[in-house]
Amino acid sequence: MLKFLLKRLALLIPTFIGVTLVAFFFIRILPGDPVQVLAGERGVSPERHAEVMRQLGFDLPLWQQYFNYLTDIFRGDFGTSFASKRPVLYEFFSRFPATVELSLCAIFLATLLGVPAGILAAVNRGKWIDQATMGTALVGYSMPIFWWGLLLIIFFSGYLHWTPVSGRIALNYFFKPVTGFMLIDSLLSGQKGAFTSALHYLILPTVVLATIPLAVIARQTRSAMLEVLGEDYVRTARAKGLPSRRVVALHALRNALIPVVTTIGLQVGVLMAGAILTETVFSWPGIGKWMIESVNKRDYFVVQSGLLLIALIIMTVNLIVDVLYAIINPRIRHQ
Amino acid sequence: MKLMKTLLTAAALTALLGGSVYAKQLVYCSEGSPEGFDPALWSAGTTFDASSRAVYDRLVDFELGGSAIVPSLAESWDISEDGTQITFHLRKGVKWQTTDYFTPTREFNADDVLWSFNRQADAASPWATYVDGASYQYFDSTGFKAAFKSVEKVDDYTVKFTFNSADSTVFVNFPMDFLSIGSAEYAAQLEAAGNMAQFNTLPVGTGGWQYVDYQTDTVIRYKAHPDHWSGKENIDDLIFAITKEPAAAQEALKAGQCDVIPYPIPADVDALAQDPNLVVTQTPGENVGFIAYNTQQAPFDKKEVRQALNMAVNKQAILEGVYSGKAQLAINPLPASSWASDPAGTIGTYDPEAAKKMLADAGVTDLNLKLWWMPVARPYNPNGKRMGELLQADWSAIGVNVELYSADWPVYLEESSKVDRDGAVMIGWGADNADPDNFLGVLLSCAAVGSNNRAQWCNEEYDAKIAAAKATFDQAERAAIYFEAEKIFHEEAPWLLLAHSNQYLAHSKRVLNFKQDPLGFHRFDGVDVAE
Repeated sequence: MLKFLLKRLALLIPTFIGVTLVAFFFIRILPGDPVQVLAGERGVSPERHAEVMRQLGFDLPLWQQYFNYLTDIFRGDFGTSFASKRPVLYEFFSRFPATVELSLCAIFLATLLGVPAGILAAVNRGKWIDQATMGTALVGYSMPIFWWGLLLIIFFSGYLHWTPVSGRIALNYFFKPVTGFMLIDSLLSGQKGAFTSALHYLILPTVVLATIPLAVIARQTRSAMLEVLGEDYVRTARAKGLPSRRVVALHALRNALIPVVTTIGLQVGVLMAGAILTETVFSWPGIGKWMIESVNKRDYFVVQSGLLLIALIIMTVNLIVDVLYAIINPRIRHQ
Repeated sequence: MKLMKTLLTAAALTALLGGSVYAKQLVYCSEGSPEGFDPALWSAGTTFDASSRAVYDRLVDFELGGSAIVPSLAESWDISEDGTQITFHLRKGVKWQTTDYFTPTREFNADDVLWSFNRQADAASPWATYVDGASYQYFDSTGFKAAFKSVEKVDDYTVKFTFNSADSTVFVNFPMDFLSIGSAEYAAQLEAAGNMAQFNTLPVGTGGWQYVDYQTDTVIRYKAHPDHWSGKENIDDLIFAITKEPAAAQEALKAGQCDVIPYPIPADVDALAQDPNLVVTQTPGENVGFIAYNTQQAPFDKKEVRQALNMAVNKQAILEGVYSGKAQLAINPLPASSWASDPAGTIGTYDPEAAKKMLADAGVTDLNLKLWWMPVARPYNPNGKRMGELLQADWSAIGVNVELYSADWPVYLEESSKVDRDGAVMIGWGADNADPDNFLGVLLSCAAVGSNNRAQWCNEEYDAKIAAAKATFDQAERAAIYFEAEKIFHEEAPWLLLAHSNQYLAHSKRVLNFKQDPLGFHRFDGVDVAE
């Protein structure tokens, strides 16, 4: 097991170096620099421009900047945002929980609705239920997120007044964040109605962000179920006279869920992309929008360290999953 | 006894409930997050609204809803005869805000003024680099740094500024955000604690509201400064709910979740105005949108070519097609509301046939023009691409071959400033202050060639007029000089003048006494809400 762990850890080193290289050079390849962007139409004199670039260390050769970047990271210094003058680490972790909270809610909703919808479509193959479910899924999959978000706001918030337009909790609730997860913090605050308010504010962004993964999960579940329902053991189960519901729930679904679970895992990337637009429409203070704004501002330290932090978190989660998998399945660690 | 207890409880409850009922709250759905809370470091209006306009005061200020300069922390001032010294007489009894993180031991005095200016002027001050990449951009870029010589304390309530030369454009900097007055005592405490960066995150000022809390990208909370020198503000709790998407902000306003929104979508303004619960206000924008030719490149170095191109453009069509009619066609390079705008200025003539002839007379045939269109919407130009297409059609009609070109905004800004830039660039400007030099000098002087002067136009006669106006303190005399400069501008035509875009703002009807600011700030001084 130790050997397996060491092997997995060793694999992280080239991944880490690769990520730092991509993150560092990606933002520098783009034309324009942070000083110019901050000055806007007002411009900046060449002397002043050179002075600020020197202060920030951007006048050094690229290899030296990259070396300094790596050294700083190993010291735990992820740099300071040029746009806010605050440490990138602080900026990142003040936004990260909001994105995670929204993404978890979205994937939960997508799974909760997507799997039953796929099953329903599969067991009713060719019937109107199947066509309606898959038609809806196709519409959901093709939905432009930004437009969809605005449409829901206009209808549910503007017309029906059922949901709030934007934000994370009603403004009359005021407490200092503890975890950054509004649902948890609202419970910890002890303020009456805070948790319900936080849930209320999550509804529309969750629905919007869940739309595409829901469609994908529903389609994947349907196709996996159809494959499994044609297997011999399902036919045997039916031949034994088991009720149809039992055959579907116990015999078919458990096997069909394997590719579905993989699909749900793959939706994480889709969620990150969707989060950028969802966060914009609903003024959700997450990292998606922050990263895009930082690229536009050419905020080098934020982009290079923000990307690295996201990658480090994903790498850590993957490592934990791999280790757990190896513990559960001994064949993996002996391969 | 029991009755007495019940009555007392009832009285206490009434007082408690009464207190909460009368706490007035206003929610402003701001368009973005502040970069920080030290206004000297930043240049964005969003940041100024959240920092300097809410928390801080300045020696003098712009009048509410106007651009005239009125007393603030200084009750009066004298300008020396030679124009190189300004003495401010400071207000007494001004109290600093008391917050969770700072308890002042003294009132505002001259030491605070000296600290606020010297930290920006003195490169050796520890405050010059108190956060990574600190840059006092406005202090530097407005020319204040170059003009500033010293500030000295005459007594606790008198300060004297000395400048390197007589410059009538200097005084107008004093009400600007970057010259907000901070507490020297608070700064000293932070310095001693080795925690100077806090100055940019937890502000302390003398302004109408004191900072309570900021949750990143979500909400900023302030409460009224109870001891403000002009009296406590009507709004007890001022909340900035950050709502970056304008369409969402509009829905929030309609749903009653916001009381004020700053930038309604121009196309939706009429619909919002018809909502019985809302009020839409507008003010002529202190901005200008224009096309800058590169006057250093042939054949655009010939004024006849530039004049001909200007004559070929149907500005009325641009006003309707790009600005939806919500702008004023520009007659001069500065807003028509300015005292320095020559009333004799015109929008120019639209005559494609005359334009064609003028080009032929100038010996220019098969003219190619690369037109840079803005990839972003700005207050002075809501739709760069549409404007580019309209201009392309107009110029094509007189035989000019127009190539539309654009780039990512940071690149656009950088590349369009270069002296050897190919083509004409679509750009604009929003006023920093109400001084005419902020347009006529900043955008068209020889010193600005290669930076803000994107026409790369250097006319010695014009430049001499601008310099003469800066050295004159009499407004009427200055105006006369600027009128002459504008005549030269019209004759030389370094720009295609377009429009001054109106500024709109929408608020709920429960908001009372809100005055829209022509300089684009969002201030809540004197604002009230209906019970």
